[in-house]
Amino acid sequence: MEATGCDFEGELKELRKVFNSGKTREASWRRSQLQGILSLFKERESDIFKALNQDLGKHHVEAYRDEIGTVIKSTYYALGNLKKWMSSKRAKLTLASFPSSAKLVPEPLGVVLIISSWNFPFGLSFEPLIGAISAGNAVILKPSELAPTCSSVLANVIRDYLDNSAIKVIEGGPHVGESLLRHRFDKIFFTGGARVGETVLTAAAKFLTPVTLELGGKCPAVVDSISSSWDRKIAMKRIIWGKYGACGGQACIAIDYILTEKKFAPILVEMLQKYIKKSFGDNPMESHSIARIVNKKHFSRLKGLLEEPGVESSIVFGGKSDEENLFIEPTILLDPPLDALIMKEEIFGPLLPIITVESIEESVEFIRARPKPLAVYGFTNNENLQKKMISETSSGSITFNDAIIQYVADTLPFGGVGGSGFGRYHGKFSFENFSHQKAVMVRGYLVDFGFRYPPWNNKKLQLLKSGLRHDYVSLVLVKLGLKSKRD
Amino acid sequence: MEVLYDACWSMIKSKDVICDLSITHRHHRSFSLQTHASICSLQIELAIALMASEEQLKNSTAPEVFDAEAASCLIKELRGTFVSGKTKSYEWRSSQLKSLLKMLEDSDKQICDALFSDLSKPEMEAYIHEIAMIKNSCKSALKQLKDWMKPEKAKTNLGTFPSSAEIVPEPLGVVLVISAWNYPLLLSVDPVIGAIAAGNSVVLKPSELAPAMSSLLAKLLGKYLDNSAIKVVEGAVPETSALLEQKWDKIFYTGNGRVARIVMAAAAKNLTPVVLELGGKSPILVDSNIDLAVTGKRIVAGKWGLNNGQACVAPDYIITTKQYAPVLIESLKHNLVKFFGEDPMNSPDMSRVGHANHFARLKRQLDDDKVSGKIIHGGQADKSSQKIAPTIVLDAPEDSLIMNEEIFGPLLPIVTVEKIEDGIEFINSRPKPLAAYLFTNNKQLKEEFVSNVSAGGIVINDVGLHLMLDTLPFGGVGDSGMGSYHGKFSFDSFSHKKAVLYRGFLGDAPVRYPPYTPGKLRLLKALVDGSLLGIIRALFGFS
Repeated sequence: MEATGCDFEGELKELRKVFNSGKTREASWRRSQLQGILSLFKERESDIFKALNQDLGKHHVEAYRDEIGTVIKSTYYALGNLKKWMSSKRAKLTLASFPSSAKLVPEPLGVVLIISSWNFPFGLSFEPLIGAISAGNAVILKPSELAPTCSSVLANVIRDYLDNSAIKVIEGGPHVGESLLRHRFDKIFFTGGARVGETVLTAAAKFLTPVTLELGGKCPAVVDSISSSWDRKIAMKRIIWGKYGACGGQACIAIDYILTEKKFAPILVEMLQKYIKKSFGDNPMESHSIARIVNKKHFSRLKGLLEEPGVESSIVFGGKSDEENLFIEPTILLDPPLDALIMKEEIFGPLLPIITVESIEESVEFIRARPKPLAVYGFTNNENLQKKMISETSSGSITFNDAIIQYVADTLPFGGVGGSGFGRYHGKFSFENFSHQKAVMVRGYLVDFGFRYPPWNNKKLQLLKSGLRHDYVSLVLVKLGLKSKRD
Repeated sequence: MEVLYDACWSMIKSKDVICDLSITHRHHRSFSLQTHASICSLQIELAIALMASEEQLKNSTAPEVFDAEAASCLIKELRGTFVSGKTKSYEWRSSQLKSLLKMLEDSDKQICDALFSDLSKPEMEAYIHEIAMIKNSCKSALKQLKDWMKPEKAKTNLGTFPSSAEIVPEPLGVVLVISAWNYPLLLSVDPVIGAIAAGNSVVLKPSELAPAMSSLLAKLLGKYLDNSAIKVVEGAVPETSALLEQKWDKIFYTGNGRVARIVMAAAAKNLTPVVLELGGKSPILVDSNIDLAVTGKRIVAGKWGLNNGQACVAPDYIITTKQYAPVLIESLKHNLVKFFGEDPMNSPDMSRVGHANHFARLKRQLDDDKVSGKIIHGGQADKSSQKIAPTIVLDAPEDSLIMNEEIFGPLLPIVTVEKIEDGIEFINSRPKPLAAYLFTNNKQLKEEFVSNVSAGGIVINDVGLHLMLDTLPFGGVGDSGMGSYHGKFSFDSFSHKKAVLYRGFLGDAPVRYPPYTPGKLRLLKALVDGSLLGIIRALFGFS
């Protein structure tokens, strides 16, 4: 849907009406929409490949691995679990509330807004959309205008394959985003940067709308001096992949920088170089296996990071860029100054600083001293270090001996903490994110204790104390008049 | 500065106060005065919100000024404690919960006195709804804490094979709890139990509108708990503003929608997650095929026995059929006399109206031209004792004040409908309440009510009882708030659930890594489709 005016009153009214009609609550509707997502990805795969290549230079295997394949997997998972997710859950009871039954009934929130970002335009739109649909909501999706081809493909395929009376795409830039935020939603799911996140949250406050913020942060990888050469080899591949393999480092969970011991650093640098060459060849730009920088603005931002005094001289590998093609080589920096911008802001690109520490345990302190990242990675077989990292650092997730892969684990919640956001999704957590867990208690009329009601006297107080203490023997004694003094 | 003040005040006069002020916030960024300006406007925002709803206490000026600087010092100290790791240990958490329990046991007399002084709350109510509730939640937290703290194993799938995964709960950091005056002990201490159980440092800001309890809490928590990690800040608007200017890891607010918007807007600046426990007009739908004797008792106890209607889960109004209304009203009147006597204004078993301004607000609802002729029971009000008699209003028009704002007091309107099912539509045409109640024996109606009425919680055939069950999450939806607590949900509310994935170096699939080839794409597709044959074909290079 093209945003012509800046008033989405009509669209929202329609969505609200459709939601109120109860249509989106039907399990059959949710299922049919999820099936629609599957067909959409199967039948329009080539359009999606093309769009991702055009906007971001993503190789189609990468596109399939990170976006199409991942979404198809999540859709299958949702279809397989939907019935279980939708069913209500029994809650345990205490005798004080006997006889009764209690359960948790999940219900959709209503009309929700999903604002997605440009780096994984399909993945980050559909992953929350699957949750919103599974939970039975009506949805507006606003894709990022910074991946314009993807945005329009999204609008087209969703129009063609999903129920447009309940799921709408509204395209546009910040202007459109702002006018959408002037309306009341029952949930806003935002993926992007902290600055816009703040605007979203402030706008949501007006309507008391709950928000999920999926932000990023500087995700560190602690690389221990792994002794086995096989393990080292695998670790290098995974680090390269975790840095440059997912949208050229433009991913919220991409490795931002590495922490390693001073004595291991030369070996690490050498091995990384070797595996960069193995993965992308001598001329990475020609390999087409690495995504380009999204636009000029981000390109100059990244160039700016490299040109800062003290930073340029720390480049030990790569560093070349091609402005015309918006391409920056996989670049490694060794110990750039810690007060340089590259170590202060999220890099979000193919630059990899390596920070050296005397002993690997110091890296825990280093991470703690900085805002909480979305992910922390540890490449180590040392269980003590693993334990220390888990208990002493805080982040959305921790992954050992791999990177990015936590994104595809449906059983793990995905989401940040502190500076990296709040709220979580993926798998069942997506369903819960877009649901309200309604507490339902059903009572009969049979047993009704008189001590619940005024007028109050000491005997009633005594009975209540016993009842609430689960001291049922006293309860009976007091009830029978055998125990009446307050103790 | 003056210009800014003027700008703020002129906007205050306009209708959409909160909206406009948040725009002013954005403008402030262009001034170098940013911090100052936002403190001022935040104070003003809070002031208007509170002045509009609460009368400011005249003698509430604290001896020392608690300003942004003091708040920042305070939070620094608490953050220091948190970073030291002290609050994370099981021992610390359980010792604090044990001390809290001891505090409650040692001081129930003082607590009852404070509740009586602030709200004339009968001892019995104080005991059931505040002291006993917290003792229970303290005990159940102590009993289950080890379980709650345990990492939860998560299954792993083919995509990450071979691996193992768990979800590790961790404390958020330094959290702020802002509580309300109507259950000044319960609503303060219950969230604090969750915050402690989850291993956080915490600041509690009790309501200045229950001054006796506020100062008692400051005294008791100071005496019994670890003050390097748990603190009470007393005060009103300026203190709250100073607190809200700080960066917290979570803010837990109980109160009304107006202040909630300010809290959330302040939290937005630091991207702080919030829990908002608000209220709303919680309806009771009463069918005709019921056990009237029990229903009458439960409704009367639920409306007037819960702090005289001043509870967020107290029923706000009743919906019943035209035909059944007279029968129900008879039963309500009968039970009112049974519980509170012929002269309820002098019953010791009924709380008074919390504050003069609430009294005035309730009087306004009663004196509304559209309502005053519809009072069928009660209606007496005494300004000096701040007491209002249990009052029933029949068929107040939909556009009357009493049917549009949360009543939060001893007035009970009854709305009549032709068919009982119309009641569901009536509820759904309004903002989502914190609780919705239904009295019926009709199974189909129960099911329809549960699936079609959206509310924080639903109770069938009773009132407010879900609050006592710590296996149920307590919290609102839509206008009644966000986030939930009680029992394990309190722990979860103050925890971050960290995903931990362990991988080995074996079983590495090269399909993930560049350089990319058509064979890798085929294998990925087969993996995604879960087609074993496809996986084998791709691995062997057949297409």
